[in-house]
Amino acid sequence: MTTLEIKQAVKRYPNGALAVKGVDVTVEEGELVVFVGPSGCGKSTLLRMVAGLESVTEGEIVLDGRLVNDIEPAHRNIAMVFQNYALYPHMTVYKNLAYGLKNRGTPKAEIDTKVREAAKLLQIGDYLERKPSQLSGGQRQRVAMGRAIVRDPAIFLFDEPLSNLDAKLRNQMRLEIKRLQRRLETAAIYVTHDQVEAMTLADRIVVLNNGEIEQIGTPAEVYGAPASTFVASFIGAPPMNLLEAQTGDGAIVIGDTHIQAPVRANGPVTLGIRPERAHLADGSGAAAGPPMQVDTVEELGAVRLIHGSVGGQHFTANQSADEPIPGDHVRLRLQPDDLHLFDHDTGRRL
Amino acid sequence: MHKAQFQSPIFPYLLLLPQMAIVAIFFLWPSAEAVRSSFFLQDPFFGNETFVGIDNYTDAVTRSDYGRAAWFTFLFTLVVTVFSLGIALLLAVAADNVLRGQGPYKTLLMWVYAIAPPVAGLIGIMLFDQHIGPIVDFVALFGWEMRVGVNYWDSGIAMMIVATWKQIPVNFIFFLSGLQSIPKGVREAASIDNPSPSGRFWTIIFPLLAPTSFFLMIINITYAFFETFGIVDVMLKGEPGNNPVTLVYKVFLDGFRGNDLGGSSAQSVILMVFVLALTIIQFRLIERRVHYT
Repeated sequence: MTTLEIKQAVKRYPNGALAVKGVDVTVEEGELVVFVGPSGCGKSTLLRMVAGLESVTEGEIVLDGRLVNDIEPAHRNIAMVFQNYALYPHMTVYKNLAYGLKNRGTPKAEIDTKVREAAKLLQIGDYLERKPSQLSGGQRQRVAMGRAIVRDPAIFLFDEPLSNLDAKLRNQMRLEIKRLQRRLETAAIYVTHDQVEAMTLADRIVVLNNGEIEQIGTPAEVYGAPASTFVASFIGAPPMNLLEAQTGDGAIVIGDTHIQAPVRANGPVTLGIRPERAHLADGSGAAAGPPMQVDTVEELGAVRLIHGSVGGQHFTANQSADEPIPGDHVRLRLQPDDLHLFDHDTGRRL
Repeated sequence: MHKAQFQSPIFPYLLLLPQMAIVAIFFLWPSAEAVRSSFFLQDPFFGNETFVGIDNYTDAVTRSDYGRAAWFTFLFTLVVTVFSLGIALLLAVAADNVLRGQGPYKTLLMWVYAIAPPVAGLIGIMLFDQHIGPIVDFVALFGWEMRVGVNYWDSGIAMMIVATWKQIPVNFIFFLSGLQSIPKGVREAASIDNPSPSGRFWTIIFPLLAPTSFFLMIINITYAFFETFGIVDVMLKGEPGNNPVTLVYKVFLDGFRGNDLGGSSAQSVILMVFVLALTIIQFRLIERRVHYT
């Protein structure tokens, strides 16, 4: 069953700026959808439109089969976790969690049960009588999630909830959010600019750029078959290498090297190669790939990144640390399946 | 913070000297003089003094006109504080909700702040004038024949209105900045948790403004007690007669019109003790003030 449908949503600000340019997204029951994109791409605006914190200029937001465009946030049956936690500073943790329920007229005993359940789930039971100012960043984050959980909403809305935490805590909380969401089986939208968060959390990723959707797909789809050069360079770290190349006569030409590949295109293209799919061969051998000039090697422990240039363009290859460190001149060994071709002008996948 | 190091240990004290001199000349010395003379009976024309102990104090607080002035001052302070805070909060909330044209709106509301108390008093006299005062004309429509300067309560009410009006801008500025320092996220979270705007105001916004309100309450009490002197003086045109006076104005009246310097000193010492107590309360409140972040 579909929990949320966003149909042709447009957000135009009073000054005429278009933040969201006609976007269609659906969120299925129990699904976690991640909106990812660079800052200013409209991902937060779209989320806030679902929450009711921004008005919808055009289009429809349908939640659980009900059009909610003109419904107050409090009546939408949503729960939101904010970037800065947005806890009520003058209330104890308990009251923070209970506030929404109290305003809905939930009986006191039921509020107490729900608050204690959520507190137990999030391991904040010991802090119920504390004020937010007495809590650490991670604890505040849990309280913010607790406040969302007790509402038992149709959908959770996460607006970059982990960006104020340090790296270690962020990884830990990321995992917890995923577990929690699986356990509660509640649909969720998670907004982030961090592609690692997007990949690890999402059932489906919505990649946004400049107020438009670049691609919607599972993490594997978005990573394996990026729909545009934007997605290719945004998802994956280090990002996909993008090289200017020529096509024609069933071959791709990079500099002086011809690679035989079943290509239909004819003319200039952008060629995408994932760093870990670019295998290195000894430069002296007559391997069938383009030559690469190596300039820097970064050791990351399990792998190493080889930076250099191919045909005068920057190129990064990813190599297992077990392999010997290459010399200054190597050749790339490329499989035709690992080559992504994009339109030279539009950047769309060919 | 940048920490400056001075070569000579005397230099910092030298820098403090002008401020210290001002405090000594305009506060410490007159205060000491007031305390001293409150124990004497002065002959205003020949400068002779007789020590009378605490007679000036007992005399002051047992006299019926002192009680009347104290009672009026209490009422005056209460009304001015409650209304200037209330109206300013209302205006600040309104200004905070204005999205466009907030700048001019704020500026217009703050203008009154630039008016000196005696000028405010003068404007008050015009507004409440028996012949040309628009407010007098207005209330006459409801059958209230307002006679400021003649009728005790009519004068009192006019003074309260002018004093309140004069104080609203200060409160407005503080309330507005208090409102604007409440994080946007907190308001948004509240709008998801509580469908009622007035409910949100009383349960979220108002408690978060509490530190500002406490601070302003003390400021306003002090204002109503002391700084309204100019308004009272101008509006009564130096002819108190049957009109209400505040305690501060009475200090001036008894000392400089009644030539009772000792009695007037005793009254001013009582006020000094009061303001000291108020200041201590204020510091305690600021110390205990919750830091929310």
